[in-house]
Amino acid sequence: MMETLSALGGGFAVALTPFNIMLALVGCIVGTAIGVLPGIGPLNAIALLLPFCLALRLPPESALILLAAVYYGSGYGGRITAILLNMPGEPSAVLTTLDGHPLAKQGRGGAALAISGIGSFVGATLSVVAMTFMSVPLAKIAVAFSPADYVALIAFALSLLGAVGGVSAPKAWGAGCFGIMLALIGVDSGTGVERFTFGSLEMLGGIDFTVLAIGLFAIGEILLLVETTMRAEAAKIGGGQRLTAKELVFCLPAMMRATGIGFVIGVLPGAGASVASALSYTAEKRINEGNGKFGQGDMRGVAAPETADNAAQIGNLVPMLSLGIPGSGTTAVLLGALLMYNITPGPLLFEQKPEVAWGLIASMYVGNVLLLALNLPLVGVFARLLSVPASVLYPGVLALSFAGVYAASNSAFDLIMSVVFGVLGWLFRKMDIPLVPIVLGFVLGRMLEDNLRRALALSDGAVSALVESPVSIGLWVLTVGALLWPLFLAFRKGRA
Amino acid sequence: MQRRSVIAAATALPFSAPGLVSAQGFTPQNPECIAPAAPGGGFDITCRLTTRVLQETGISPVPIRTQNMPGGIGAVAINNINAQRRSDPNVIVAFSTGSWLNMAQGRFGRFGENDVRWIGAIGADYGVICVKRDSPFNNLQDLMNGFRQNVAGIPVGSSGAVGSQDWTKVALVARAAGQDPRRMRYVPFEGGGAAMAALLGGHIQVFPGDASEIRGQYEAREIKILAVLSPNRLPGVLADVPTAKEQGVNIEWPIVRGFYGPPQMPDAAYTWWVDAIRRLQAHPNWAEQRNAQGLFEFNMVGEEFSAFAKARTAEYRQLARDVGIVPAQ
Repeated sequence: MMETLSALGGGFAVALTPFNIMLALVGCIVGTAIGVLPGIGPLNAIALLLPFCLALRLPPESALILLAAVYYGSGYGGRITAILLNMPGEPSAVLTTLDGHPLAKQGRGGAALAISGIGSFVGATLSVVAMTFMSVPLAKIAVAFSPADYVALIAFALSLLGAVGGVSAPKAWGAGCFGIMLALIGVDSGTGVERFTFGSLEMLGGIDFTVLAIGLFAIGEILLLVETTMRAEAAKIGGGQRLTAKELVFCLPAMMRATGIGFVIGVLPGAGASVASALSYTAEKRINEGNGKFGQGDMRGVAAPETADNAAQIGNLVPMLSLGIPGSGTTAVLLGALLMYNITPGPLLFEQKPEVAWGLIASMYVGNVLLLALNLPLVGVFARLLSVPASVLYPGVLALSFAGVYAASNSAFDLIMSVVFGVLGWLFRKMDIPLVPIVLGFVLGRMLEDNLRRALALSDGAVSALVESPVSIGLWVLTVGALLWPLFLAFRKGRA
Repeated sequence: MQRRSVIAAATALPFSAPGLVSAQGFTPQNPECIAPAAPGGGFDITCRLTTRVLQETGISPVPIRTQNMPGGIGAVAINNINAQRRSDPNVIVAFSTGSWLNMAQGRFGRFGENDVRWIGAIGADYGVICVKRDSPFNNLQDLMNGFRQNVAGIPVGSSGAVGSQDWTKVALVARAAGQDPRRMRYVPFEGGGAAMAALLGGHIQVFPGDASEIRGQYEAREIKILAVLSPNRLPGVLADVPTAKEQGVNIEWPIVRGFYGPPQMPDAAYTWWVDAIRRLQAHPNWAEQRNAQGLFEFNMVGEEFSAFAKARTAEYRQLARDVGIVPAQ
């Protein structure tokens, strides 16, 4: 304990030099901007910034402080367009649209922005604390999580899909299945066989998440706005009444739960922020079944996914720093940055380069305070975005969306795909088919298939392997419970 | 056409001293390096590293832009080059050993090793066969004996599908043990990092990774390395790991990284690019920059490299047929 504190002190000595504070600030600003822009994620930004770090001859700890700030800063940005425009800027902000946008429509956009910013800060900071003291044991537990355990975890997340539907559970399930079907397109990861590509080379890599999300959400939303008159809507939305202390206290338990869920999911290599935000939102909705207006603008429905998102991002750094194992594409690029500085990422990093490892951890305390300080005063500015006339705002958003799709893939084919999904998104809205289960089915379906096949390959086809560990048994029990819970509620209601 | 131009380029090579480059009538204009993947991966690094050093050293008089063109692990790029830029003198495309495997297995559509002009290699990583710290296998022979006892009894995991580079490394070991590689219990993961996590977690027993990505875990003695798949021992941390050859098993797996140009790249341009890579390899600053990317020395350019690339692809095609990845023709 004392040893950890003195090591952390050494880290603060690195992180609190004016130069490194400035770098963290730059990283936080870039990260927030990256998070706002659809399509451009932290992965691209870090890969593009890395050569500059080398060219400017930044020392390794400074470079990592900058790049990591871009990474966790992006977790603050995705919520802004999700709340104000119903268009998530990052995959993990998809859930934030569910209650964030209704709040904005009710004139509470500013409050929703504030609570999500505070949630991001709480989730990230508590996770950095957990990381400071328990990094190594946590990472050891994380690698013990087997493919069969992942199957149970993802099944649990999918069992909660019905909860994000809003109106009708069958529609939510149908939408989820549609998402899973989309995930099957592309080269099969196990055998290399092409599936549903129709001989098209562009489809080999499958459908990109950015293309799907921008199509369904951004382009679909704009098509709907073009059809319904734009005037009424835009005038009504606004910053409105500020967040009250009472609302903040009301959301605190949700934030605590979301931090726990987010951090644990984040530590597992191969789960990620999207799963974390989906699980925490649906869990919150299930826990508060019957009290609350989830889906129509509940503060907790904004706080939970945003808190979990940032907690998971920090959690993702745990296996990276303590074992040298990347938990996601972005952390893999961060590891690559270490390699470029001739630092070998691995279990010995804390011993060989304490200034890098502890400097980075200390800088995350600093960075998150900076992000909160940056984001809260800007709430009003962001909210005023909506006072821009719709005839100017939405063409701009459309241009940015296409730029985002093209930046992600450099492919004209993907632009066409995003329009196709835009039309689908417009049709689905008209049919009251919820979009969030499609996106979740897409993300979770791919993970479910990969892990199921891994688990069965490891057990030589024995299905019993799926329920062998205590973790998987516990998760399956929760899954069955989540599926039966609505039935139980309906039954009780029927008797009363 | 293709054959003639290669010979022409080869005969031109010995005379292409640095000063003569522009005298031969070619200076690149807005040159471009296509990385057939998203930013951050191996192809991307190949482009960015090479173009940066080419410019810093003055070998290239103009900056070379890196363009990312992801899709089908390089399929989209090779199609683009063949369809739209067949004779473009100002574009090169990054490739790796994986591209040869894809060509051999027909994964690039109708395009193969004869549909590009091979320029040269800038370096290579090497395959390694890893097991966990407490594994019963202590050398390659132990693992081969394990395969002989029950080839389906040892879970092997890595990134990439059956037929991919990582799969092929361990398939060669199984084949050397007289076993059918298709019967291996192979589990694909998303990236080498996830496979390493599965190895440390005890879910798989063997991880056929790359030398550059496992150094950290090896230094911490979390894993044992049964063999490096290189012609000689590797320098640095891995110097105490024997090669497969030393253990009586003739398996090498270099992950070569380099560039090809369009199929009808003019000879003057081809000569310029070949010469640029050759001068890069000879430059005193190069070794350090290359090592920082986890690449070992692998210097081969021009005609020699072209022959090497074609021989390798043919070899992989035969291997793919032997182990039943693609049907024999």
